[in-house]
Amino acid sequence: MRVALFVTCVNDLLYPDTGRAVVTLLERLGVDVDFPTAQTCCGQPQFNTGYRHQTEPLVHRYAAAFDGYDYIVTPSGSCAAMVRENYPRIARRATTEGRDNGLTRAAATTAPRTYELTEFLVDILGVTDVGAYFPHTVTYHPSCHGLRTLGLRDRPRRLLQAVRGLELRELPGAEECCGFGGTFAVKNPHVSTAMGHDKIHNALTTGAPILCGADNSCLMHIDGLLRRHHTPLRTVHLADILASTEEHPYTAPEKTGNLR
Amino acid sequence: MSGTYLGLPAFPQAARLSTRDEQLRANLRHATHTIRAKRATAIAELSDWPELRAAGTAIKDHTLHHLDHYLEQLETAVTAAGGTVHWAIDADDANRIVTDLIHATGETEVVKVKSMATQEIGLNEALAEAGINAYETDLAELIVQLGNDRPSHILVPAIHKNRTEIRDIFHTHMAAWGRPAPDDLTDEPRDLAEAARLHLREKFLRAKVAVSGANFMIAETGTMVVLESEGNGRMCLTLPETLISVVGIEKTIPTWRDLEVFLQTLPRSSTAERMNPYTTTWTGTTHGDGPRTFHLVLLDNGRTDTLADTTGRQTLRCIRCSACLNVCPVYERAGGHAYGSPYPGPIGAILTPQLRGTTTALDASLPYASTLCGACYDVCPVAIDIPEVLVHLRERIAQGGPTTRHGTKATIKPAKGHATERAAMRAAAWTLDHPAAWTATQRLATRTRALHPRRVPGRTASAWTATRDLPTVPARTFRDWWQHREPDPKDSQQ
Ligand code: SF4
Repeated sequence: MRVALFVTCVNDLLYPDTGRAVVTLLERLGVDVDFPTAQTCCGQPQFNTGYRHQTEPLVHRYAAAFDGYDYIVTPSGSCAAMVRENYPRIARRATTEGRDNGLTRAAATTAPRTYELTEFLVDILGVTDVGAYFPHTVTYHPSCHGLRTLGLRDRPRRLLQAVRGLELRELPGAEECCGFGGTFAVKNPHVSTAMGHDKIHNALTTGAPILCGADNSCLMHIDGLLRRHHTPLRTVHLADILASTEEHPYTAPEKTGNLR
Repeated sequence: MSGTYLGLPAFPQAARLSTRDEQLRANLRHATHTIRAKRATAIAELSDWPELRAAGTAIKDHTLHHLDHYLEQLETAVTAAGGTVHWAIDADDANRIVTDLIHATGETEVVKVKSMATQEIGLNEALAEAGINAYETDLAELIVQLGNDRPSHILVPAIHKNRTEIRDIFHTHMAAWGRPAPDDLTDEPRDLAEAARLHLREKFLRAKVAVSGANFMIAETGTMVVLESEGNGRMCLTLPETLISVVGIEKTIPTWRDLEVFLQTLPRSSTAERMNPYTTTWTGTTHGDGPRTFHLVLLDNGRTDTLADTTGRQTLRCIRCSACLNVCPVYERAGGHAYGSPYPGPIGAILTPQLRGTTTALDASLPYASTLCGACYDVCPVAIDIPEVLVHLRERIAQGGPTTRHGTKATIKPAKGHATERAAMRAAAWTLDHPAAWTATQRLATRTRALHPRRVPGRTASAWTATRDLPTVPARTFRDWWQHREPDPKDSQQ
């Protein structure tokens, strides 16, 4: 089984620890994971903002970078949804505009092989207990694209429930969007912020000190609000929790630079 | 659409004000969450909901595909049943037709059944200009009209008002429109409803002309269908001598059989009821019963243009149930007025810019009024992929492209104010297609990370940092870590 990690551009630059956690986790489960360095970005920011044409080269790039792997695994429901849902759409639109340029093939070969991390663990590897240890109380926010586009349902929560030492608390209004929405966060900052504050408020009512999610973009937005208001709640990616063991417990990323 | 909403600010500016209005947010939150939960229960009762949803979608798609055929059939059937059919190309056209029809009766007052189509064309304002008073008879519409306000929800136009605010509106304004509210009016729902009932009864009994819309038009028999909760609509449809109905052409369905599907999905999606309290169907005119004259004004107003767009046309399946509004987190915070159209929420964000075009700043901002969270698509009883259409319209705004306006194919230019974004997207796309350049960009970011401020100048950047901190840029990218790890994975493992 040849498995490639699609780390995503956001994780590559801003949350490398999440990428490392995925590698650690998959290797612990006996998966030989590779990182093709020709990968960059799935094109979601461009596509969702209305720049469909600019995403076409990225569809090709993605297909070329991950050619030959049985599975492409990514710790982002949103990026997985982009490949699975929108690559075929981009190909169809190009075809109706009279220029296929191999996009149909690129989409057809990548979409079915691309898996969000929890799907890959539960559906392909068939595990829910990944042998993790995380002695903390956690509440879980299911990001929209994983929840609705991919239909991840209770997979992330089943994985969390199997973590030793972890107490999972239900998040009120869990299925409501956190307000990130890519460029929405800057095009409609007031609504975005209002939504984020409500999400944080709901998380605080659980009493859990940790808000877990499976998409670092959403967590970046939530974390940005938390830090601004010095709220005693931390965001942690699901992969970081699943990678954590007694021997190698999770350590929070360094908070250096001038950002506390 | 009408000029009523011209000159309103773009969505982000309007939403900025409404997100600060604590009372408004509390009202909206309470109302949408209540109806949202009820709807979920009502849907869960049906074991065949996915099939009903698929059936509704198929019926609408089939009808839209053969709309010319069914509209002709409808016209023939309505005429045979004693009605008269008028075709209105746009809002002005429709307003003129209705005004002329009312003038011909010699009346200067009409009662109205709640109707989205007449709001879309700004009929009340047009009638007022022609010296005709149009009285809204739906309770919530009445509140909005008395308060000199605008509706903010498709189904519950006064959703943004609470009981106390409604009591005050009745107190202050009812007298100017007819029977005044009693002096000791409380804010108990019972008392409020009774005050409205007495006020409206006078209108019903006096009116000679009624104006309505319709939820469905059945092509095979020329039958119009109106669904409502209060019975006020039925009063308007049966008491007056003349009935004028303004109906969007997409409301057509082929047969009575098709109605069965929507009579299940619409009430459950909108009011969370198994069946709605009043379902009125009527066909043309009948001697000695109901209106003696019946006019059907079939409204295009951008609909055939929308139909010409392969991705956008699914918007016309909409049965105006408002389920998408009630689950939308953006609608809940921004409120209906921010959408600057009688169609707010997710459906408004795709319908309005298609009907009106995207030339104003307001219309061009609507497709961006969504996080693409997909909750609207999930609840839509006719499976309109609202996020798909939103992205499609964003493309038209950001990049320009082909469109149909007034039946003519045209290529529109990108909307103003997207030049910087366009350049940035192009640059990003190029960088991301060249991994060496991407790596270099990342290196620069990690090396200069100590210099990154928490708040950044510039409009786009400050839109993030006004309320949120930026993430800390780590010392190494993942790529960097991986490349140094590869020679001997065991060494650098966590
Ligand atoms: S788009 Fe769908 S959910 Fe929204 S009002 Fe129309 S039919 Fe209802």
